[in-house]
Amino acid sequence: MEIHSNDFKARAREALADQELQKALKLVQVKFVPNRAAAAAEYGDFEALRDAGRDIRNRALENLDLWLERFEQEATRRGAQVHWAKDAAEANAIIVDIAHKNGVKKVVKSKSMVSEECGLNDALEAAGVTPIETDLGEYILQINDHEPPSHIVAPVIHKTREQITELFHAKHHKPRQTDIGALCREAREILRPHFLSADMGISGANFLVAETGSTVIVTNEGNGRLCTTVPRIHVALTGIEKVVPTLEDLSVLLRLLPRSATGQAITNYVSMNTGVAGSGDSDGPEQFHIVLLDNGRSRVLGSELKEMLRCIRCGACMNHCPVYQAVGGHAYGWVYPGPMGSVLTPSYAGMEHAHELPHTATGCGQCSAVCPVRIPLPELMRKEREMQVDAGLRPWTERLALKLWGWSASQPWLYGLGTAIAARFLKGLGGEEKLIHRLPLAGGWTDGRDFPAPAGKTFRELYRAKKELH
Amino acid sequence: MSSRDLILGRIRASIGRSGPADTSAVAAHLQASPRGPASQGDWRNSHEGVLQRFTERATALSSTVERVASWAEVPAAAAAYLISRQLPTRAVCWPTLADQPWAAAGLAVEARPSRGDDLVGITSTFCAVADTGTLMLLSGADTPAATSLLPETHIAVVPVERVVPLMEDGFALLRSEKGEAPRATNFVSGPSRTADIEQTVTLGAHGPYRVHLILVG
Repeated sequence: MEIHSNDFKARAREALADQELQKALKLVQVKFVPNRAAAAAEYGDFEALRDAGRDIRNRALENLDLWLERFEQEATRRGAQVHWAKDAAEANAIIVDIAHKNGVKKVVKSKSMVSEECGLNDALEAAGVTPIETDLGEYILQINDHEPPSHIVAPVIHKTREQITELFHAKHHKPRQTDIGALCREAREILRPHFLSADMGISGANFLVAETGSTVIVTNEGNGRLCTTVPRIHVALTGIEKVVPTLEDLSVLLRLLPRSATGQAITNYVSMNTGVAGSGDSDGPEQFHIVLLDNGRSRVLGSELKEMLRCIRCGACMNHCPVYQAVGGHAYGWVYPGPMGSVLTPSYAGMEHAHELPHTATGCGQCSAVCPVRIPLPELMRKEREMQVDAGLRPWTERLALKLWGWSASQPWLYGLGTAIAARFLKGLGGEEKLIHRLPLAGGWTDGRDFPAPAGKTFRELYRAKKELH
Repeated sequence: MSSRDLILGRIRASIGRSGPADTSAVAAHLQASPRGPASQGDWRNSHEGVLQRFTERATALSSTVERVASWAEVPAAAAAYLISRQLPTRAVCWPTLADQPWAAAGLAVEARPSRGDDLVGITSTFCAVADTGTLMLLSGADTPAATSLLPETHIAVVPVERVVPLMEDGFALLRSEKGEAPRATNFVSGPSRTADIEQTVTLGAHGPYRVHLILVG
């Protein structure tokens, strides 16, 4: 997927001015936030569950090579074919090759953010294979000129019902449906024949189970089950970090993921696929291909950002982020929005393509307060900012200002003089109100609020005066 | 170098592994497969409590639940459910349920895998998880996966002795009775749904619109 993360400010400004988008985004706070809170409270000791989730993901990452080897061995023993892709281009090439070798013309897809990361649909189309998105949200985006998703769990959270009514009317050439149930039925009736006639189904995988060599998908609509049951070939594309050791570990993560994502105790369907249909099986694919994608993950594993690899893609960090709530997912300019994206995008796509993102946070800490696997997201964003300084990626004005400040701070007389002048100047600027409405050189700060004026003397001046009194 | 070796090499470099790996921690974890935290509650203390939890949870997820005393009553219960809702009385069922006296109850039931146009699918279940009101279905020659998926109505027969407290208990039964996982292990919790449009839950996305559970025993 093409990256536009360095346009964050311009895209955020557009988002704030978009009335339809603002109306749609209200639902993030109204639905996701209270639903997650209610599900956590109803469970009981959710904090202990989060600890367990963190430990399980850490255990997997500590011996990631061994768990992946075990996964591959079991999956292969059961008749699946495991492919390794170092980057998006290789993943796409592997899947296109599977399609060509098997004469595949049409593919049904269930929602996969890794496939968005790879730009898989474009690669399939270029190779003469038609991909059909079957998750309702992803289908809406695909027929709307391949619009990108704006949320990893609810891809069309940015759209209102009215917009979808108009889109279906325009694309399906059927009478306008305004009822949500009728819109869902219309999409179901259009997509059902595709499931039955497609040659290949492509899914992601929420988890890989090393013990059994299984892929696991967590869905509500049933399209994921259809994609992995009906066509004669199933391809699962996922990241190498998704492996978990055992079925018991999987059970714990399956308690955390839906509660954190949508507030459900379990999703409608949890589908675990292990190997291919045996000789006696009455349904299921004849071929099962699993594509394991690196695309920067192994590098992150050795970096200061490695805790990010614990992520189980619930979306709670973006649901609870005041910045995401205000601007939505498209402003972030790539597949993964919100706090998770601010860490993942620079890691996977390169800091130079996403240097705005580590700054798109208020530092409020809500994301890490709700993360099911306790990823310290604000801390990781601060580390990214440090990396930017080390790599010389900050603007020259900022670098010069900090250099000047550093030098003057090491000259006590100059520092004293400078701060004494500044304190008096700012006091004057505050006037009788003692509030500064517009701060020179820091207009961005005072655009949204007033800056309280200082009292006029520095701490060192006051300290010296007090000492002289005694 | 193959991408496999390249990726595994990068992982080893990143986790600071040099030389042969110590596989004992991995082997020990696989051997022990320790259980993690789960929902607590009095319901786990008795089998009736477990059944009550199952019924409550399944109902909360929009399944309908009834209980009959024996298998002999199942066909009539299924027929009564379908007729009361003005649903078709023609259905497909798992081959494992072929011998049930469906016709005597007024149902036309074929024991074969579901095609795209069947409106009612009848299955049993490998077991059921009370914690979340969930069916655990295993694919196989006589238990096709699509019967619970393609039709608009899914009726599942759940023997009460197969209702276990937690997902881990279902996996324990899988290991002890089957040895290993079949091609598809499907956990099903009520009718399919979507909330993609305005976060409004709508039943019947791509799978069944309704799920009816008949507890037996």
